[in-house]
Amino acid sequence: MKYFHLIWTALFRRKTRTILTLVSIAAAFLLFGMLDAVRTSFDQAGKSANGAQRLQTGSKLSFIETLPQGLGDQIAQVPGVKSVAYSNWFGGAYQDPHNQVFTFAVSDNYIDQYPEVQVSDDARKTYLQTRTGILVGDKLMEKYHWKVGDQIPLQSNIFPQQNGSKNWTFNIIGVLHPKEASAGFYSQIILMHWKYFDDSVAKGYNGGRVGWFVTRVNDVNQADRVAKAIDALSANSDHETRTQTEAAATASWMKQLADIGLIVGSIMGAVFFTLLLLTGNTMMQAVRERTSELAVMKTLGFSDHSVLAMVLAESVLLVLLGGVIGIALAAVLIPGVSANSGGMLNLPTVGASSWMLGVGLMLAIGAVVGAIPAWRAMRLNIVDALAGR
Amino acid sequence: MNFLFNLVVLVVLVIALVVWVQLPWYAVLALAVVFAAWMALTRRGRQAASVTGVGVSTLRQRLGSSSVVIVGIAGVVGVLVALLAMGEGYSETLRKTGSDDTAMVLRGGSAAEVSSVMTRDGILVVDQAPGVAHDSQGKPITSGEIVVAANLPIKGGGPDEEGSVQLRGVGDGAWAVRPNLKIIAGRKFQPGMRELVVGQGAQRQFAGLEPRHAIKLGAQTWTVVGVFASGDALDSEIWGDADAVAEAYRRGSSRTSMVVKLTDAKAFDAFKAALVGDPRLQVDVDTTLNYFSKQSEGMSKVMRVMGITVGTIMAIGALFGALNTMFAAVAARAREIATLRAIGFRGVPVVVAVMLETMLLALIGGLIGGGLAWLIFNGFTASTLAAGTTGQLAFTFKVTPGLLWEGLKWALAIGFVGGLFPALRAARLPVTTALREL
Repeated sequence: MKYFHLIWTALFRRKTRTILTLVSIAAAFLLFGMLDAVRTSFDQAGKSANGAQRLQTGSKLSFIETLPQGLGDQIAQVPGVKSVAYSNWFGGAYQDPHNQVFTFAVSDNYIDQYPEVQVSDDARKTYLQTRTGILVGDKLMEKYHWKVGDQIPLQSNIFPQQNGSKNWTFNIIGVLHPKEASAGFYSQIILMHWKYFDDSVAKGYNGGRVGWFVTRVNDVNQADRVAKAIDALSANSDHETRTQTEAAATASWMKQLADIGLIVGSIMGAVFFTLLLLTGNTMMQAVRERTSELAVMKTLGFSDHSVLAMVLAESVLLVLLGGVIGIALAAVLIPGVSANSGGMLNLPTVGASSWMLGVGLMLAIGAVVGAIPAWRAMRLNIVDALAGR
Repeated sequence: MNFLFNLVVLVVLVIALVVWVQLPWYAVLALAVVFAAWMALTRRGRQAASVTGVGVSTLRQRLGSSSVVIVGIAGVVGVLVALLAMGEGYSETLRKTGSDDTAMVLRGGSAAEVSSVMTRDGILVVDQAPGVAHDSQGKPITSGEIVVAANLPIKGGGPDEEGSVQLRGVGDGAWAVRPNLKIIAGRKFQPGMRELVVGQGAQRQFAGLEPRHAIKLGAQTWTVVGVFASGDALDSEIWGDADAVAEAYRRGSSRTSMVVKLTDAKAFDAFKAALVGDPRLQVDVDTTLNYFSKQSEGMSKVMRVMGITVGTIMAIGALFGALNTMFAAVAARAREIATLRAIGFRGVPVVVAVMLETMLLALIGGLIGGGLAWLIFNGFTASTLAAGTTGQLAFTFKVTPGLLWEGLKWALAIGFVGGLFPALRAARLPVTTALREL
């Protein structure tokens, strides 16, 4: 530590070069921070302590097939099941048919399955008493400037009402506030009463069926056994089911959407390879320029190893400085990106794990690019260096 | 004074970059020709050429630092072209699906085929509409189709890993409506049987889709009897007889959509007007070409924005790398440049020489990056859950000449900016100071 000042001075010996290099490193780590946020949001989707307690049961045939509502009562009888709720895809759109809003018709106890999503007690009570009542995610409320008490029209792109019209009207009763980042999806959705939906939809469109069941289990370790037991209920019927933990179901969707790990991995590979070369070149120049200074230091009595350590430290410090600036910049920019994407992207800000990975990469890159110059500095022969040979 | 000069340079630079981005290839070519003529024909130009010659001939001694510019820019161009090629491949796949002499009829207000419902009566009305082509026996060439999804095991996935594939139940006319679709293995399914033909894209993605193999859809067993190829989005689907699919999915006689062969592309307007004006129906009518192109819009925009964002951040990194290298190069040659100016060379040849050198390095980097992207990613297969479909859509990356050209333009722009500031410094350095340096 007592040499810190010396290392720092050496680093900024040529200000222009160091600053230009720092900007390059910062750009690389800015990209790393943002891409890692994307990767994390894909990875973490559905993975939470509460999510581990939930099972999703859908039709085995395909995700668009529905199941009889009565199956819920049977699932509730399966040992180990705490509670069962169900939900239907409504396919809502606001104002313009292309302006899709995720809307679900759910059972009254649906929100109980998600303790990480908060709704005020008053709102809960009023919601249960209001047939046309809906609960709306907080971000969605902001996006369309809705207020509690507003009456809003929603079009369904699938379901007409009994009068044939696909325009439905709802009353906003309460707001969904997700308390955990993993439940961020609930900021963007609308929940309506399944009962009202099933009663009002045109004949032949639903008929008492539900899209999927959400089951909470008593013991997380029993989840697999319960899932198998639920699927056994409908084996060989015309509505065979497939039950998965929430984490597995979400992971499967994310995987089908894109192999995000591969994309992020290959971009970062290209970026870090370039960075290695660029920073390596800077360090080479820096040491080459200082040959005689290093020789003087050795003459004064600095050991070979301390010269090696100082050059290495300089290179690590360079990468670390630029990298921290880059990731910090990413942390500042990401909320803006999420806000501007209009709800399409909901990126977590740079988390502890991203920071750890980032700092680890910085140390590794710093050590690698510093290795050769540091080795050269260590092997420097005082007489030759001072003679300029 | 100095500040004012820098400000002017910055403004000129921004304008130059904006113009550069929009410049078509022939304008760039004209620019290059004018520049070459200037170099060959004027005194200043010849001076510039000789100074450039000196700079380029010493490149080999600065291989390490010059390669920073090349590799940095190659990285930018490679990643940019690869990401844009992904978006291009995706939208290309949907854009070339369908044709303008076939029409898609959906229930009014349906965002996609899967959320539409057409009743039996509605289908009969569409059959009789004006503009519908008829076959040699006088039957209308139409296909009432039912689009649903099926879960199938993914090839190479875990034992319990299933993906969603779009299952299309088609009517008799389906083959005639899509003449580009060919059976490449096995045979067509027989009407009324639980038989499937699978697209070659779906076959690549899902396990067990080989001719004469039985697969399970839910509790039912279906037999794969053939494989088809169409070279577009339909490749990712599996097809069965509409009645058999409707029975398996409890849809009765209703269908989700209707695909109609028109007598020719000009008949579309009359066909559409007739159906939209028909009080018995409430439908949306579009050409199939238009329908599939529209489905690709949102996603291709997202992919393009992503590519450009990543490219821009990388370009900033590479730009500063190039600046670094060129400042170092100029500094190393400070005395040489000062000598040139002392014996009468003016500023312009010096500026031109440094910039040409940087842009040459950038061009090499751009070519390497574009070439690598083309070698690795052209034809690379990927898949995603596409908007408006219920299954995975397989598509191949398409590295088009247009994208390569765009990548090269980025490379040259980075080279331009990266060379400009070092060049200006070289030209503005007071001769006496520079001569005393080192």
